[in-house]
Amino acid sequence: MGSSISWNETDGGAMAATLSGALTIEHVADIAAALAHVPPRAPGLAIDLAAVTAIDTAGAWAINRTLSRWNEAGFPARLAGAPPDIARLIAAVGSGSDAIKLRPDTGNPIIARLERIGRALAFQGANIRNFLGFLGQTLVVLAGTLIGRRRLRWHAVVHQGEAIGVNALGIIGLLLFLVGLVIAQQGAVQLRQFGAEVFTVNLIGRATTRELGILLTAIMVAGRSGSAFAAQIGSMKLNQEVDALRTIGLDPIEVLVIPRVIACSLMLVGLAFYGGLCALVAGGVYVWTDLSMPPASYVTRLQEVILMSDFVIGMVKAPVFGFIIAIMGCFHGFQVTGNAESVGTRTTQAVVEAIFLVIVFDAFFAFFFSALGYN
Amino acid sequence: MDGGGTLSDGADVAIRVRGLVTGFGDAILHDHLDLDVARGEILGLVGGSGSGKSVLMRTIIGLNPARAGQIEIFGRDALDPSPSARRHLRRQWGVLFQEGALFSGLTVAENIEVPMREFLDLPEEIMACLAATRLRQVGLPADAGAKYPSELSGGMKKRAGLARALALDPPLLFLDEPTAGLDPISAAAFDNLIRLLKDTLGLTLFLITHDLDTLHAICDRVAVLGDGRVLTCGTIEEVRRFDHPWVQQYFSGPRGRAAIGEAA
Repeated sequence: MGSSISWNETDGGAMAATLSGALTIEHVADIAAALAHVPPRAPGLAIDLAAVTAIDTAGAWAINRTLSRWNEAGFPARLAGAPPDIARLIAAVGSGSDAIKLRPDTGNPIIARLERIGRALAFQGANIRNFLGFLGQTLVVLAGTLIGRRRLRWHAVVHQGEAIGVNALGIIGLLLFLVGLVIAQQGAVQLRQFGAEVFTVNLIGRATTRELGILLTAIMVAGRSGSAFAAQIGSMKLNQEVDALRTIGLDPIEVLVIPRVIACSLMLVGLAFYGGLCALVAGGVYVWTDLSMPPASYVTRLQEVILMSDFVIGMVKAPVFGFIIAIMGCFHGFQVTGNAESVGTRTTQAVVEAIFLVIVFDAFFAFFFSALGYN
Repeated sequence: MDGGGTLSDGADVAIRVRGLVTGFGDAILHDHLDLDVARGEILGLVGGSGSGKSVLMRTIIGLNPARAGQIEIFGRDALDPSPSARRHLRRQWGVLFQEGALFSGLTVAENIEVPMREFLDLPEEIMACLAATRLRQVGLPADAGAKYPSELSGGMKKRAGLARALALDPPLLFLDEPTAGLDPISAAAFDNLIRLLKDTLGLTLFLITHDLDTLHAICDRVAVLGDGRVLTCGTIEEVRRFDHPWVQQYFSGPRGRAAIGEAA
């Protein structure tokens, strides 16, 4: 079922356009083109709609536009043979400016580019300022909690601890086990060239307890829980739940941030210990199967190789990394405004910045403890 | 009316629901529900909170699974899962969700163009003009087209959502609480708009509402949902006479009487 249009010139010289068929949105492009085929001219136009079988808003718009074009040009245009309902629809569609902007203006591309750079800079500046403000607020509330002037919500801490720590045991165990295997295998291949395969144990022991175990665990937790914090708090903010907390008289920092920060810091200590252990077990499995070193001697060797200071340094770093991950996730969650897209952007930023800061702090710790003489 | 929501067999029916059963887990929400919506009418659906109004609408438009029963839309099986049948059906209706459900990453004009891009192959210029026409139709200023949903007020979001629902001139329109959360002036304007669209385009409307003014002003028939089925269905006068405690409370409470102009 299509539509067709025919143009005729009547005796008086006036144009007549006879439309038939369905004037619906499927055919509106053809109709609009056909109606624009004859430019407005004297003495005028009559559009005959007697043979039209169906019409919708899109068809009515096309006819209305033609009528107003002719009328604006000074040549009267009118409808002929239109049933009252169709005439009413065409009038109701209304003519007005069809010029509509689909998107906000972008203007000159060079200026727009510069403007975007400037905006990004200003945005990052504001971000840093807001972050410092948020960090300060959190530390004040945290201090208040520690000296007992504010309530610590144990229930929330335990709940978050389960989500951050217990639920991550499987994936972190598997990850660190595989990494331990890879280090042992690659190390053994290299050391074999010097006939020093036995030092594989030193490599596994020191690398995992001091650096890799904690670093990989932190990256995993940032991806798992840092992102969750940002998305949870972000959608709560969109849903006005954060505003609701404030109006009830609850401090969102106390209710949402402190439990996450405490749980994440504590859990990362446990997870880092557990992750390191998994990597050591993997190394043990490798040296047992490939280098035929029995587990008992592997453990004895580990005891000789791993310094207590290595272990302590790893465990000191863990809560710091946990704090960074939690504060980044919560901060970006609170920065969500407007729409769902913002939740996505902020979640990405939370994870990327948390991992970045974790590595920066890890480098700092490495140099710091070396300078103190803990090699 | 024998209490059910069905029409006689010869009637020109847009939506026909027969023996619909839905539920969540062990709970049964709709228990062999029957309902007809005639072509070209505005049917208002009312019912207490949790009576399953929204679920009924979501089941009809295929967002919720039905456990048993049949749903026909313009004579075609609405529960047919084949992609071509679903696509044909989706071309038949527009849906306005309670909060507008505009795509937040797109501007209002782009939102209106989404169904056009999906179903039709129109030149950009015509799509922009049609989007402008829709905005005019729902009473939004032309500059609202370039705004993002987060920049709009609640009432404007609803109007923009309606503009998107109308984008393809569907013969059937589902509205979930179209006037909830609007001020009385905007709500009355929205009622007039719906009435005008129905009169000019011959739409069939399925409307969930708690707004007694809306029920009085624009609905041809009212269906009352309760106890998992349609308690009664008819013109508002017929429904008001129905002997059921909830219906009596609903229509004869102070607000119900105020809506028809009786002294409270």
